[in-house]
Amino acid sequence: MGTPVCGRCGHKLASRDPLSLQRVWAFWLMGLICYIPANIYPMLSTQTLFKVDESTIIAGAVELAHHGAFGIAAIILFASVVIPLAKFWAVAYLAISVKNPTGVSNYRRQLLYEVVEYIGRWSMIDIFVVAILSALVQLKTLASINPGPAAIFFALSVIFTMLSAQAFDSRLIWDIQAKEKGRTQ
Amino acid sequence: MKDFAATDAIDMLDDLIVCPQCDAVFRLKKPKNGERATCQRCHKALISPRRNAGLHIIAVALAVLFLIIGAAVFPFLTIDAAGNKNAVSILDAALAFAGGPMIFLSLATAALIIFVPLLRVLLTLYVLVPVVLDRPHARHAIVAFRLSEALRPWSMAEIFAIGCAVALVKVSDLAHVGFGPAFWMFGILVVLVIAQDSFMCKWSVWYRLEHPRNS
Repeated sequence: MGTPVCGRCGHKLASRDPLSLQRVWAFWLMGLICYIPANIYPMLSTQTLFKVDESTIIAGAVELAHHGAFGIAAIILFASVVIPLAKFWAVAYLAISVKNPTGVSNYRRQLLYEVVEYIGRWSMIDIFVVAILSALVQLKTLASINPGPAAIFFALSVIFTMLSAQAFDSRLIWDIQAKEKGRTQ
Repeated sequence: MKDFAATDAIDMLDDLIVCPQCDAVFRLKKPKNGERATCQRCHKALISPRRNAGLHIIAVALAVLFLIIGAAVFPFLTIDAAGNKNAVSILDAALAFAGGPMIFLSLATAALIIFVPLLRVLLTLYVLVPVVLDRPHARHAIVAFRLSEALRPWSMAEIFAIGCAVALVKVSDLAHVGFGPAFWMFGILVVLVIAQDSFMCKWSVWYRLEHPRNS
């Protein structure tokens, strides 16, 4: 009682971390900054017998679709374009909504937060694909695949957005309801 | 408001549970095995005890431990095109980025797919084995369990498995790809990691760490 650390697990106690939102926005911005070069620079460079072929994330997916692998192209597009963009929007929306009340119910926003936290990690899939491909396809002169500079930016972007979502304190969503109830009583 | 003596307040605190997600406070009533207590306001599962959950988790954790070591060392995928052959292990895949600034990416990938899952398994065993055997808990078990929970989102074995499927389709028209023993180990591993996470009831572990049975 009256101690600043949790008696059970020893973690520092704070009713609401006043810096929570600042950290959310800081990581969010870092993630967004890293996401731009991740889409401009090539993700993979494929060397076949006579030519070097460099492709960005989106170009790679389009190429897959040309080969007829629509399912895989959809997974790649979904994991590396749709999920990150949706995540930037969702985190920003949640962070703004705790300051300015919106019409969307708390439960809906809580659900949105859970989805963001759960699905954010899946963006790493493209990095792993690049890792597997560049380790596996090293066939001397015949063909070789090497990672491009976009890989590092993309990984950073995913890590920063994960940190941003973790920095968000989901209890802030419910504080508004508690405040409004207090006002009517 | 009535004033409570400090001891009364602490006794009362044992009867209360606060939802970690939305901060609503409830009076605690421990659910039976197989049942679950959820937060009325945000529907988060607060307590979900299972019979012999500890034993199950330990059994799964041991299996995961051996599978991770096996999957990391044995060849994972083999490729064969016009006489050129190449076999890679998961460690090779993780270290594919080695060279220049990419070394950071190599370390991060290796951590996410091998070392974080490995560390989580070791921490889980370290915390749960004494608890299940009704021994007083291991030294620093509390810090260990907290670390293990904090690492949960950074353990990405299952995502790597899906990544494999995508990579296979990309390569399949370029060359012939075969599966090594590690591929199947990793497949089983993913299922076990997910099972392990669903057995774990955090509240029960914390409760046991605070109230060892024979003390």
